[in-house]
Amino acid sequence: MAQAEAAAGPAGGPPGGPMVTADGVPLKTSLRRAERRRKITALLLVVPLLAFILLTFIIPILEMLWRSVDNPALVRYLPNSIEVLQEWDGEQLPPEEVFAAMVEDLRVGQESRTIGQVAVRLNYEMSGARSLFTRSARSAEDFEPPYRDALIDANPRWGEVTTWRLIKREGRPLTASYYLSAFDLTYDDHGSVVRQDENLRIYGQLFLRTLVLSLAITLLTLLLGFPIAYLLATLPLRYSNLLMILVLLPFWTSLLVRTTAWIVLLQQQGVINSLLVGIGLIGDDGRLQMVHNWVGTIIAMTHILLPFMVLPLYSVMKTIPPSYLRAARSLGANPLVAFVRVYLPQTVPGIGAGAILVFIISIGYYITPALVGGQSGQLISNLIAFHMQNSLNWGLAAALGSILLAGVLVLYWLYNRIVGVDNMKLG
Amino acid sequence: MKFLALSTTALAAGALLAVAGAGQAQAQSLTIVSWGGAYTESQVRAYHDPYMAENPGITIINDDSSANALAGIRAQAQAGNVTWDLVDMLPSDAQLACDEGLILEIDHDEMLAAAPDGTPASEDFLPGSLGDCFIPQIVYSTVMTFNTEMFPADNQPASIEDFFDVENFPGRRAIQNRPGANLEWALFADGVPIDEIYEVLETPEGVDRAFAKLDTIKEHLIFWTEGSQAPQLLADQEVSFATGYNGRMFAAAEVEGQPFAIIWDGQIVEWDGWVVPAGGNNIDAVMDYLYWATDTQRLADQAKFISYGPARASSAALVGEHADLGIDMGPHMPTHPDNYQTPIVLDNDFWTDYGDELRERFSNWMLQ
Repeated sequence: MAQAEAAAGPAGGPPGGPMVTADGVPLKTSLRRAERRRKITALLLVVPLLAFILLTFIIPILEMLWRSVDNPALVRYLPNSIEVLQEWDGEQLPPEEVFAAMVEDLRVGQESRTIGQVAVRLNYEMSGARSLFTRSARSAEDFEPPYRDALIDANPRWGEVTTWRLIKREGRPLTASYYLSAFDLTYDDHGSVVRQDENLRIYGQLFLRTLVLSLAITLLTLLLGFPIAYLLATLPLRYSNLLMILVLLPFWTSLLVRTTAWIVLLQQQGVINSLLVGIGLIGDDGRLQMVHNWVGTIIAMTHILLPFMVLPLYSVMKTIPPSYLRAARSLGANPLVAFVRVYLPQTVPGIGAGAILVFIISIGYYITPALVGGQSGQLISNLIAFHMQNSLNWGLAAALGSILLAGVLVLYWLYNRIVGVDNMKLG
Repeated sequence: MKFLALSTTALAAGALLAVAGAGQAQAQSLTIVSWGGAYTESQVRAYHDPYMAENPGITIINDDSSANALAGIRAQAQAGNVTWDLVDMLPSDAQLACDEGLILEIDHDEMLAAAPDGTPASEDFLPGSLGDCFIPQIVYSTVMTFNTEMFPADNQPASIEDFFDVENFPGRRAIQNRPGANLEWALFADGVPIDEIYEVLETPEGVDRAFAKLDTIKEHLIFWTEGSQAPQLLADQEVSFATGYNGRMFAAAEVEGQPFAIIWDGQIVEWDGWVVPAGGNNIDAVMDYLYWATDTQRLADQAKFISYGPARASSAALVGEHADLGIDMGPHMPTHPDNYQTPIVLDNDFWTDYGDELRERFSNWMLQ
């Protein structure tokens, strides 16, 4: 813009006529061009970031959402059986043609080594389905008609109506069963949705626990972080720099080292317990259990996430002039009133930012609870990791992840309604 | 656009370099996936280093990802980019991968060396250990271990029943956070004969019975996830008993000198071995390595470094002393006659069928 103006200067169009630049282009057009060029340059600068976010964030999330309902195995690898099962009413055992189609599918599946995927998929819904399919497929070559008797001979489960109902139900390209599992629901023998058997209900409890522990950790980091941030903002630079290094020091240490250090400190034969026994506060047989349970998760995560609370608080407190507090005091407020009515309201943007940062990080935390949490300190992300790595039920992992994502979005929306996102200052 | 053009150039240059490199020295690198720690160490010393010495053109790269091997093989197959050449995994996972066509089928007598006396591989490997796609290396076991310092010398535990007896043998116990081994032990301690354990576990009443037995000691339990946690908890005297893999317990007791004793009663025995992912780039080289690394002498060599039993019958006679400590390895092997009195052989078919449901129930039980 400055260039365009400078160029227009010496040329100085005739008074009253449109202003033009040195090369005769109307000033308005020239300005617009310069503006457009600048916009394109700016856009080009952010393109790498946009592409990066798209590739590493948006697409994986979309894929996760897709996986949580995607159900390709049966449609793809039992095509004949699925087709003839459409005619079946689901009341009695299906007719011979369904069994014949199944034997055909088993033969093809054994030949192309695809029957395993069907077996794994159905075993999530019915224990024993895996061997039902893989073993029958191995001997499918030798089956003779009538196939109904041959299959039931090979494994009596082929003679159960529920097996066939399950195959028919899951023989659709999309499934709701992962979400049902994630909400501790299941199908009964007749295909209606019921609550999971009491012994198998896990996820609801875990979601609730994740929420409660994350809130507790957020509250603790606020209680511990507020005075630190206040000190940082008010101490002379010499001391506050040193304090700042102490706050940042954990960032330079590996997460695993910090977590392991907590185990050393907190375990029953650890430093703290031995110290307490040494000074006679507790007996040798009354050592406290502070790790391998939810207490350990809270302590270690509070420590690890503390800087995420301190830094936003500090950046806000730094901008609050100390004279406000002095003014309040000189106008007659006692220290408590001055703090609550003058200082605290001004730190709300920092509290908001720190709280939401700590809460959102902790709701998806994984490695620390896995190491110090024992069984009562596990969070939902530990179960998601379990299904990703051990049980390999990626559909269920995706469903749990999607629910977690939706939950965070809802909480964020609530937070926006109550506190207001504009009212938040990250630094 | 520039960004794209640049990265394309870089890729092309990289490819050129790779081609040039392959042409020059015919160097080939094999990525071998295993369990890490003392176990990988034993493979490096028994197999990888001697093999690389004999075949200067081959470089072996270790990847400690076996704990998530099946997930990794699946992901690589789906992405169409198989970078693992050889993977060490458990037979149950190998069976799943085999059924899904993710790993190569093995013609045992064709692809594996015969025993020195000419016995074909299919007869030399221990009965039931070979799979369609699976070549066993070792027999390992999950064992109950206790810290001898935590019990008086005249009252040391000796059986799985003692593990469930918190009156006479107090202290907390560390078990793995999954049902495998734990449910078997619960039924074993509750009086179920070894050869009926899996029959009982297939019934809902049997599962209830196993959980009821575990309930009796639940408040004394803590749960470990990683194999290295168990010996650590035991060494720190956080617990008085811990379940764990016999090789790690051996390493802690004999190499580090921890006061551990193993209860071989009711040891849970399983195989561990190699599979070859389908679609890799170095299949020929891997097959050559496999033929060599699974012969009688090589399997016996591995037992010099870790207390896991070789999977070939002909190797047993060749097992000698520990390479560094000089102690006789025989008595530390799960398959030694003194130790192999009451073994529970892990039933992989059972766990692949009922694992999904029992793991959910176990997780739920841990939470309550």
